[in-house]
Amino acid sequence: MIKRSFLGLAKPKFEVQRIGLPLSEVKEVPMPKQVTLMLKKPPERMAGTDTVALSPGETVRTGQKISLSSDSETYVISSVTGTIARIKPFAGDFGNAFIAITIDVTSPEVFDEAFAKRAQSLDPALAGAFLSALPGNPAFSVFFREETPVTTLGILGIEPDLASMTRRFVLSHQKAALQKGIEAVKAITGVDRVVLLVPQDAGMDFKDMAAEVRTVAAAYPGTLPKLLMKDVFGQTVPAGKTCEDLGCTFFSAESVAALGTALETGRFPVEKVITVTGKDQKPVVVTAKIGTPVKVIFDELGIVTGHLDRVVFGGPMTGSAVYTEDYPVLPDTDAILVQDKTQIPPLSQYPCINCGECVRICPARVPVNMLVRYLEAGRYDEAADLYDLHCCIECGLCSFVCVARIPIFQYIRLGKFELSRMHAAEAHHG
Amino acid sequence: MVDQKKFTVSHAPFWHDGSCIRSRSYHTMLAALPAVLFGVVRYGMPAVGVISLAVSSAMIWEYVMNRIMRRDITIGDGNAALIGLIFAMLVPASSPWWMVIIGTFVAIVVAKQIYGGIGGNPFHPALVAVAMLMLSWKDLFDFDAALVNYEFDFAMAYPLAALKHFGTAAVENFTPGALLMGNQIGAVGTPFGLGLIAGGLYLIVRGFVRWEISLSFLAGIFVTAFIFHQADSARYAGPAFHLFTGYTLMGAFFLATEDSSSPVHFIPMLIYGAGGGILTMLIRNIGIHVDGVVFALLVMNIANPLLDKIRPKALGKVF
Repeated sequence: MIKRSFLGLAKPKFEVQRIGLPLSEVKEVPMPKQVTLMLKKPPERMAGTDTVALSPGETVRTGQKISLSSDSETYVISSVTGTIARIKPFAGDFGNAFIAITIDVTSPEVFDEAFAKRAQSLDPALAGAFLSALPGNPAFSVFFREETPVTTLGILGIEPDLASMTRRFVLSHQKAALQKGIEAVKAITGVDRVVLLVPQDAGMDFKDMAAEVRTVAAAYPGTLPKLLMKDVFGQTVPAGKTCEDLGCTFFSAESVAALGTALETGRFPVEKVITVTGKDQKPVVVTAKIGTPVKVIFDELGIVTGHLDRVVFGGPMTGSAVYTEDYPVLPDTDAILVQDKTQIPPLSQYPCINCGECVRICPARVPVNMLVRYLEAGRYDEAADLYDLHCCIECGLCSFVCVARIPIFQYIRLGKFELSRMHAAEAHHG
Repeated sequence: MVDQKKFTVSHAPFWHDGSCIRSRSYHTMLAALPAVLFGVVRYGMPAVGVISLAVSSAMIWEYVMNRIMRRDITIGDGNAALIGLIFAMLVPASSPWWMVIIGTFVAIVVAKQIYGGIGGNPFHPALVAVAMLMLSWKDLFDFDAALVNYEFDFAMAYPLAALKHFGTAAVENFTPGALLMGNQIGAVGTPFGLGLIAGGLYLIVRGFVRWEISLSFLAGIFVTAFIFHQADSARYAGPAFHLFTGYTLMGAFFLATEDSSSPVHFIPMLIYGAGGGILTMLIRNIGIHVDGVVFALLVMNIANPLLDKIRPKALGKVF
C-alpha cells in the first residue's frame, strides 16, 4: 500500500506496475471442477424474469455461446465443456443484474465449431455474434451505432489502475497475436484510426504494428480513459459525456491479442490473464479459465483467506470487493487483490474537516470539499449543478488521501447513480 | 452456515495513504512545542498551569458536549486538545484560572461544537475565545500589567503597546534578532519567534498546513508595514518589527491555517492570507487595538466561504 510521504507537500506519485515478467513465471491455474459464468442482463430487462436458452442438465462445449432466451445479442461463451448444474439470478452492485450459470466440468474437452465457421469472414456481424465476450469485454457496438460512430480506437497496453500488469504482460509476450488482432479489428470495424498506447518504459519496438504507437507515462491517474483522451488525443471529455461521445473508445490490449489468437487457432479464447496480489503485496500473473472461482486460484497460489479479509476484483483504486470465494473470474477481471483484515484501512464517520487534500490531488479540479458536503446530505442535483459532480473522472484519489477518511468516492458514485436513475425515471414517465 | 467465512465488502478505493485527523492534531501540537516550552521556561509554573488547564478543560468541554449532543466521543482525535493548547499560547501566563475555563468554554462549546463539531466551525475556535476575552476583560490582556511581577534582562514593555503609545522611538531597542530569540514579553507561546517559525516550517513541509496561507499572510504584513513605515517612520515601525511581535507568527502558522475556517483553492488562499496580513497592519497602525491579528483573522474567516468560490474550471465543465 502506498503511504503518505513524510514530506506532505510532495504530491504522491502512483506508478503503475512495471515489473517485466518472464513467461516462465506465469502460473497456469488448472481446470477447475466447476465454473460460473455471469451473464449480464441489459438494463431494460433488469426486472424481467429472463433466463438463458439452456436448462440445467444440458451439456455445453468449450466456446459454445449461451444466450438469453429472449435476446440472442446478450450472451456468454462457455469456457469449459460440461453439464449445466445451476442457473440462478445474481444481483450485482449499482443495480446490475446477472444470471449466474454454473457448469460442472467434464472431460474430455470438446470445442464448439461455431466460432471457427463464423470467423471465416471478418464482418461487423461477427462482432455482435461473438466478440463482446472476449477477455476484457470489448464494446464493439459503438463502432456501428447511428449516432456519432466511433472513429478512433485506443488499444491500452497499460493498466488503468494500480497493482495490475495484465495488459503490460500481453504487450510484451503476445506481440504477434496483438498484431494479428489489430488487423482483424480494422477489418471488422473499418475504424479509421487505431492507436496503440504503450508505457514509456516498455523497452520494446512497436514499429511493425499496423497502428499508430503513442507512449504514455505509467502514472496513475493519467492512465484512465478520460485523462488519456486529454493527454494523448488532446480532447477534453465534457462533463456527463463519455469518450465514445467524442468518437473514441479504448480496448484492452488483451482483448485485441485474444482476438488475434482466436483467429489463428479457430478457437474462441476462454482464458484470462490475471494479476493476483496476495497479502504479501507481491503481484503474480496467472492464467485461468473465465468462470474459475477465485478460491481455485487462491489454492493454487497458496493464498489463505480468513474471516473479515477483503477480496477485491480490479485495482485498489477502482475495483469492487466480493463477498465470497466462489465468485468467478469475469472476462474483464484484470486483477485480484487480497487484503488481510489487518491491512484494511478503517473508514470513519467524521465530517469533512476542509483540509483540502482532495482538492489538491483531484486531476479533474473538482471542488471535492464542497461536493462531499452536498453528497452526504443527499442533495445530488445541487452537487451536480453547483459543484461539478459530473466532471469527476472516478479515479478514487480523493478518498485515498482523505484525512477524515470519508468514503468520498463511494458518495460520488452513489450520487451519479441516483441521478441517472432519477433522470431515467423522468424520461420513462415523460 | 454460521461458521462460514465472511469477507469484508466495501467500496473503492481499497488503499488509503494512512493520514488521519489524530496524527494531524498531534503533529500540529508537536510543532507548537518549541514555542510552548520556551514559554514554560520563561514564565515558570504559572505558564504550566495555564497550558495544563487550557488543554484539559478544552478536552472536558468537548467530552461534555459529545455527551449532551449524543454523538461519538471525539476527544481522542486531539482536536480539542490542540485548540486548548493554541488558546493557552495566546493568553498571558498570569491569566486567572476562571478566565482559562471561560476561554476554552467559548472555544469548544460556542465556537466549535454548536456549529457541529470539527470541520463545521466558521472561525478558529481559539480566536473566538481570545477575541471574547480581550473585549470583556481588557486589563487581563494588557501584557505590561499582566507580567508586572516578572523580572527579565530585557526591556519589560510589550513591544506593540509601546509602539502604539510612544511611536517608533520607544521600540528602537527591539532588534529583529532579539525579537526572534524571544527577548520580548507577550503571551505564553508567542514571544519565541524562532520556535514558531521552526514549528511552522515543520507543518508546511509535512503538509499539515497550507503554505500559501502562511506565506501570503506574512507577505501582507510585510508589504503593508513597509508602506506605512515609508510614509511616516516616526509613527509606524518597519516590517521586521511587525513580523516578529505580537501574534503575527502564531497567526501565520497556527491561526490563519486552521482547516475549517480557511479556503482550499490557490487564489482564495492567497487573498485570504494577504487580506489577513493587510487588515492586521491596518488595525495595528490606525485601529484602536494594540494587536490586530485576532480581529483581522476573524474577519477573513467570515470571508472564507465567499473567497472559496473562486476556483479553477473543472475538467470538462460545459458552462
